[in-house]
Amino acid sequence: MSDVAVATDQEEIPKHGELVDERLVKWYFLAALTYFFISLAGGFLMAFQLIRHNSLDGIELLSPGRWRMVHTNAIAYGFLANAFLGMLHWVIPRLTLQKVLDKRLSMFIFVAWQVVVVSTAVGLILGHAQAVEWGETPVWIDPLALVGLLLVAINFMSPIVKMEGPLYVSLWYFTAAFVWTFLTYAMGNFVPQYYVSGSSAGAVGGLFIHDLVGLFVTPLGWGMMYYFVPILLKKPVWSHGLSLVGFWGLAFFYPLQGIHHFLYTPIPMFLQYGAVMSTIAVELVVLTVVINFFGTLWGDGKEFWENIPIRWFYTGMVYYAMTCFQCALQVTLTFQQLIQFTDWVVGHAHLVMFGVFSMWLMGVMTYLFPRLLKTDWYSRSLCEWHFWLSAVGLLVMAGDLTLAGLFQGWSWMGMMEWNHSYNISQPFWVTRIFAALTILGGQLCFLWNLYKTWQLAPTEAELSQATAAV
Amino acid sequence: MFESKSGIFFIAGLFFFAFAFLSNAVVPMLMYRDLPEKTVAELVNPNIRYQFEDMAQRYPQQFKKHYGEPPEDPQQADAWYNEKCAEAMKLGRDWYVGEGCWHCHSQFVRPVSNESLRWGPVSESEEYQNELQRPVLFGTRRVGPDLSREGGRRSTDWHAVHLFAPTDLSPDSPMPAYPWFFDGAADKPNKRGLAVLTYIQWLGSWLESYPYYEDYDESPVAKLEQLEQQAEEEEKTEAEKSAEE
Repeated sequence: MSDVAVATDQEEIPKHGELVDERLVKWYFLAALTYFFISLAGGFLMAFQLIRHNSLDGIELLSPGRWRMVHTNAIAYGFLANAFLGMLHWVIPRLTLQKVLDKRLSMFIFVAWQVVVVSTAVGLILGHAQAVEWGETPVWIDPLALVGLLLVAINFMSPIVKMEGPLYVSLWYFTAAFVWTFLTYAMGNFVPQYYVSGSSAGAVGGLFIHDLVGLFVTPLGWGMMYYFVPILLKKPVWSHGLSLVGFWGLAFFYPLQGIHHFLYTPIPMFLQYGAVMSTIAVELVVLTVVINFFGTLWGDGKEFWENIPIRWFYTGMVYYAMTCFQCALQVTLTFQQLIQFTDWVVGHAHLVMFGVFSMWLMGVMTYLFPRLLKTDWYSRSLCEWHFWLSAVGLLVMAGDLTLAGLFQGWSWMGMMEWNHSYNISQPFWVTRIFAALTILGGQLCFLWNLYKTWQLAPTEAELSQATAAV
Repeated sequence: MFESKSGIFFIAGLFFFAFAFLSNAVVPMLMYRDLPEKTVAELVNPNIRYQFEDMAQRYPQQFKKHYGEPPEDPQQADAWYNEKCAEAMKLGRDWYVGEGCWHCHSQFVRPVSNESLRWGPVSESEEYQNELQRPVLFGTRRVGPDLSREGGRRSTDWHAVHLFAPTDLSPDSPMPAYPWFFDGAADKPNKRGLAVLTYIQWLGSWLESYPYYEDYDESPVAKLEQLEQQAEEEEKTEAEKSAEE
């Protein structure tokens, strides 16, 4: 405490208003939510096609095959990337007490990134996809996206480099994420397209699918948790030692696992074994991080029920532990025989991308919107509905698809006629639609709540009057 | 930079990424450096040429409209067909990717789960060292069956109808229809349609065992039963032997 006091005496701590560009945070969040709904539309189109009730079948620009790619890309680059950028514009200046490099650069990045995402969607709908899973962005957009990522890194690294004193855990993760996202994007989109083919391209493709989650989304997500959880609980993270283990363990083991996406392919077997072992190793690392956060919550269990953002965060962490446990099982060659290519994998992907990272970002938005709009949420019960419908819908969806995967795998292994495997999937696919409708319902509650809250928000004139009165 | 804390994380990030790239990507690249990458022109084989010329006969008007007419001289015609076939394979692959076919159909046969009984020989690295597998189309999901041994298994007409209206042939199939590959009817594939059909017929056409007509009638289940019977008989004889002893 005394250190802080001394510091304030010597130099003034910059005001929040000078550090954070709140308008930009709001824009990023709104853009993110827009793409979230576009992604949901793509998911529904494919889901209705699978249960053979797609009345739009046969329309070229609404082909479910193309919209399936819009579904994943809109989540990765539209929702997650935009929401993370908004979050970073809030967190990094407040943590470092430094402004980002340049305000005009921030604006430029915002616009450029929307151009990247929109042209990706348009390119995919017109049928110009690139054959890289999670990176179907047409090849002509790739260089622009890469420049965007480089500018993001420069803009945010500036305050981190300038800051003095100890570097907080969140900033370790963010720094690494800026390096990794850039490199991952460059590797995955250029190497298998222009330099190598066949099995080697498969190895790089696997590395890309994996690193996109592990080196872009995961470090930004955990960095965000290390920032918001202690602030909301008003106490430090339980163990600094475990934070160290978690970060360095992730940095070492996570990038080594790409090939586990292509087990039993012609990729050399010893490389497959290596990927399997490092995947199992990373589960232990993950466990330390989860333990660290539950250690932090210890003694404040009531916050889980009373504080909605905390509930989003910790539910996401429970899902994270589930995903990682599932991962340690499914990565073994024994499990792969059965579940590779099935809906098990699809369930797993939803559990990670929605159950963990989207839930965390929804929690952050629930926490930040009242601060950005300078008013409380219009309705707390709508916030509750948003949470419960999302959390329950997702759990049903992931469980349902995991089960479907087992049955599909057994059907194939048992040499049944091919149509048997998709006929037995029908009840699961119908259940999935209802789970998805539940999730959609949750997001509509959020949207309505946000709209009403925005109407309640004081205008800038009112705010300046209020300040003048004080 | 080396003395600041953020510098350490920056450099560590580079290092860990490079380590993973070396061990997971550069190693297979070096292992396969002796397998040269084939161009599309080199991929045209007699099997796919047969299918391609067959298409020219089946859909003469459409073929002429979109790919032109072969020269009269037989040798020139041969070269012309090779060239057009390569062009169609490449365009077909682009649309196979653009339509997201690879998200529901994998392209590799695994050595497990009875897959070689269902589809044919287990996939090998050489099969993928070519321009049409850049990026590779292994795939991660099978709603429909694997397609890496699909070529020649069914007629081009079957595929045309199946792309035009999947449920006409597979009543329960959840596959979307692709009417934009045709000029209004299943027997009128357009340029894209002809290209996609060529690409599908090319898949697996490089194998010696192509086409699978020999065991086309036999269902995989029958084969499996046969194998089981054999195994049972062997067990019996062994049991008898041990009983005698």
